Amino acid sequence: MNATVSPTVVLEAQHLARHYSLKRGMFAEPATVRALSEASFKLTAGKTLAVVGESGCGKSTLARLVTMIEPPTAGDLIIDGKPVHLDQAPSHELRRTVQIVFQDPYGSLNPRQKVGAILEEPLRLNTKLSAAERQAKARAMMEKVGLRPEHYDRYPHMFSGGQRQRIAIARALMLNPKILVLDEPVSALDVSIQAQVLNLLMDLQQEFGLAYLFISHDLSVVRHIADEVMVMYLGRPVEFGTADEIFNTPRHPYTRALLSATPTTEPEKRRERIRLTGELPSPLRPPKGCAFHPRCPFAYEPCDVDTPKLLKAPGGNADVACFAVQGELL
Amino acid sequence: MPILEISNLSVDFRTVGGQFRAVDGVSMAVEPGEIVSIVGESGSGKSVSMLALMGLLPWTATITADRMMFDGRDLLTISPRERRRIIGNDLAMIFQEPMSSLNPCYTVGWQIGEVLKVHLGLNKRARRDRTVELLELVGIPSAAERLDTFPHQMSGGMNQRVMIAMAIACNPKLLIADEPTTALDVTIQAQILDLLAKLQRETGMALVLITHDMGVVAETANRVSVQYAGQKVEEQPVSELFADPHHPYTAALLSALPERATTRRLPSIAGVVPGQYDRPAGCLFSPRCSFVTERCVDKAPVTQGEAAGYALCHYPLSHGKPVGHPGPAAILDRRLSA
Repeated sequence: MNATVSPTVVLEAQHLARHYSLKRGMFAEPATVRALSEASFKLTAGKTLAVVGESGCGKSTLARLVTMIEPPTAGDLIIDGKPVHLDQAPSHELRRTVQIVFQDPYGSLNPRQKVGAILEEPLRLNTKLSAAERQAKARAMMEKVGLRPEHYDRYPHMFSGGQRQRIAIARALMLNPKILVLDEPVSALDVSIQAQVLNLLMDLQQEFGLAYLFISHDLSVVRHIADEVMVMYLGRPVEFGTADEIFNTPRHPYTRALLSATPTTEPEKRRERIRLTGELPSPLRPPKGCAFHPRCPFAYEPCDVDTPKLLKAPGGNADVACFAVQGELL
Repeated sequence: MPILEISNLSVDFRTVGGQFRAVDGVSMAVEPGEIVSIVGESGSGKSVSMLALMGLLPWTATITADRMMFDGRDLLTISPRERRRIIGNDLAMIFQEPMSSLNPCYTVGWQIGEVLKVHLGLNKRARRDRTVELLELVGIPSAAERLDTFPHQMSGGMNQRVMIAMAIACNPKLLIADEPTTALDVTIQAQILDLLAKLQRETGMALVLITHDMGVVAETANRVSVQYAGQKVEEQPVSELFADPHHPYTAALLSALPERATTRRLPSIAGVVPGQYDRPAGCLFSPRCSFVTERCVDKAPVTQGEAAGYALCHYPLSHGKPVGHPGPAAILDRRLSA
């Protein structure tokens, strides 16, 4: 539990991909859904990497790969210095280092277990601690996440959404993970409760030196909590950079559109709206070339031919997958 | 004359644990051509008050009001038959979940056509033409081909457009949109909000926008009504509300938004919204308020005047300072720990 806030890389992903093949009847060729392609990033202890994008952009698939719920179909994943092999199940040791908190605190807690049992379950399965030790650990964790001691014997339905999310966070932390994947952890909560949970997450990160993979579609939350941001569109990262860069000088047309579409309460922060027409294409039949080109207001010749690579953009530090940006046309 | 006028509306639900008051003395008026937004967190009664207006509440609900007038007709005494003639015609509503609000068994063309048949009595050909026109109006590409698709064949954003097309089919005088974009992605949300604002401008209908997203309110509404635990706590024109909130709840809610935060630690509101069994005696916000005094706990506040944003508070804020407050010494240290 010692807080070590040194820049240690706890997770490294190289060209991570996950493709699903979809049967389409007896004689038809199975179709391939490219849920995620070419995702490369590093997670550092004590830092937050936010993954932003709309539904279908592959951010939840990424969470499933990082937590080893599913193996990637291609690419390398190195967690805590140990590679995850595509063909064999990862060890228990490795699984303990990555934990996840889901979006819906109403669906992710067993309604028939008391809070105490929920928190002790990971210890019961993974450690040889005695019942008394497990209880002591659970109670200590409850205090850390702001639950009162009398909550130990209560059932999930007796709690509000914010408190349930605290329980889910406590459960994820029971095995002292190094990486916490947060899949839309505050989207289901009201604004006033959302602030409490975000504060808690920031406190815990500082105390335990956790690396967060923070998945969200709410850009104001991301701006507040993230150190680095990866913007995804239709299964591919389109822009990667520090939070300041992404929010102050967004380069990729999709990032710009996303930022300008987010409604804000402060008139001076309002950007000129870049109107996107059309909708997210089906991942079964992604457009040829850059997946964004049918909706992109800046699309030109190369866009519907080649897929742009995620490269350092001229005149900035962020990586951008866009021909127009790389050709310094934007 | 306001198109919609509600005064002192209360809704009680009969539950196993006794009566539960979901809406408590809410009043509001909507002028023709105006966009009014109702904001509040879950459980603030913002949807229930509008469902009461539409007559869509279950039999366990008891609706009481001093006055509930829509376009010169009294909705409290109206017969169900008469109400059905208004709803979908002059008064329409769209809901949060476009996927579950449409009937999966019928094509979207049929479902929009039904409204036109019932209220306008159009024949088959006229219905088809009008439906295509409506789908084009809400921005669905190749509308004529989309008539025969089923809701599951389209995305959430497209289905929400169909819902809007259905709601505006008879040129309503008032459209109630209950969280119309909550289930949608931000770029689609921007499209739908633009569409609603455009329709509102072009047809001159009034729009009531129920939402919990402060950003949506700031960019869309003319006037905002803030609800908390079933009560209306504040009402102001939109820019004034964001510049100078008068109720401590509104002020706390705005400062809890990450985009308005000045420090890394977000200022949060301690505690949770009171439920059925822990409703405080005095001001409903008193257990969470940072200005709470003895008086707030004992005595329910009355609505202040227009200058104080109709705040339901003993000490309405003016530029962040509570007016008439006895001073920091009187603040009770009884706030619930989170």
